[in-house]
Amino acid sequence: MKSSHQVKTLQDKQWNRSNEPIWWSLFGAGGVVVALILPAVILITGILIPLGLVDPHFMSYVRMQGFASHWLGGLIVFAVIVLPTWHAAHRIYHLSHDLMLKPHQLYFILCYGLAFVITIAAGTLLLVV
Amino acid sequence: MGDKITLEIMRYDPEKDDKPRMQTFQVPYVYEMSVLDGLQYTKDHLDQTLTYRYSCKMAICGSCGFMVNGVPKLGCKTFLRDYFPQPVRIEPLANFPIEKDLVSDISDFIKKLEAIKPYLIRENKGSLKDGAYSQTPEQLARYRQYSMCINCGLCYAACPQYGLKNEFVGPAALALMHRYNTDSRDQGRAERIPVMNAEEGVWSCTFVGYCSEVCPKKVDPAAAINQSKVLSSIDYGLHLVGKAEQPKTIDDRHRISERKEG
Repeated sequence: MKSSHQVKTLQDKQWNRSNEPIWWSLFGAGGVVVALILPAVILITGILIPLGLVDPHFMSYVRMQGFASHWLGGLIVFAVIVLPTWHAAHRIYHLSHDLMLKPHQLYFILCYGLAFVITIAAGTLLLVV
Repeated sequence: MGDKITLEIMRYDPEKDDKPRMQTFQVPYVYEMSVLDGLQYTKDHLDQTLTYRYSCKMAICGSCGFMVNGVPKLGCKTFLRDYFPQPVRIEPLANFPIEKDLVSDISDFIKKLEAIKPYLIRENKGSLKDGAYSQTPEQLARYRQYSMCINCGLCYAACPQYGLKNEFVGPAALALMHRYNTDSRDQGRAERIPVMNAEEGVWSCTFVGYCSEVCPKKVDPAAAINQSKVLSSIDYGLHLVGKAEQPKTIDDRHRISERKEG
């Protein structure tokens, strides 16, 4: 345990601006998608369609391709894939801090790097469909 | 009558002990007894060397914070009946150094508290003849719950992030920063903003929320910090386009004040 006696006063301390707002904003946006949209996506694609409770034609390849190639549909698909990825990356990175896994930079690059790769991949694939 | 309850109390005398140890005491159990009453019985009748801190016995001074069965609690607001007939383990607040026995050294928290300037800052001092600053009920409601903090330090003992990295400004200090930033009478936000925006400021919080759970005054530091995160993110965005509020120092305030008065 570090002794607080080591710090005399914080008056002259230099407080440096953190870049965390970038990651936190993506985390927050991802949280909204995970909480509100992902359950509906799972219900439709994971339960209703496989069980035949909804006409499979609604999610046929042609219809889905049409949806994803429209700019608005593409944007929605992009957001639903990418934002939860940043959400998860942020959570796992902070979990690595909680578990005292070191070095921090390695986990930073692994977590946010993977989210970045998925973002580029999703964006590229959506542009070519 | 005649019931006894077992208190397992952490003892540590830095002049004699290498490390803290546990000592067990049997105290008469009465339904109305608080944990603090149990400690007082122990000191009065069983071991007068027992050291702990208390003052008001009515959950307003914030002096008697202990870990009771591992949970941060005020000794005066926690009752032995909620544990009887099981033994009760009493230890000093976690995440702080121990001064002696149950007295923890919370001076690190006090330094953080000073750093966020927990007082109303005005750009120029008003005169007494101007009367009091008036405030609408809506303006009061915005910060009122955060002003209930009694600086007991339970939230620091609860915060896992403070436990991992004690550079973190921490729950109570940040809740009080939010309290002054949201007070309509205050004009000192620009002086507090550098602390808020720092890694050691609001950004060390991962919204575990245990601080709010243990708070004996129902302050919600976790909410205050996360509302501050929104403010800090907006300030970050403004900073990127060069429109952020310029952080001020105490010297700037004096300059402004002198300019207005002069």
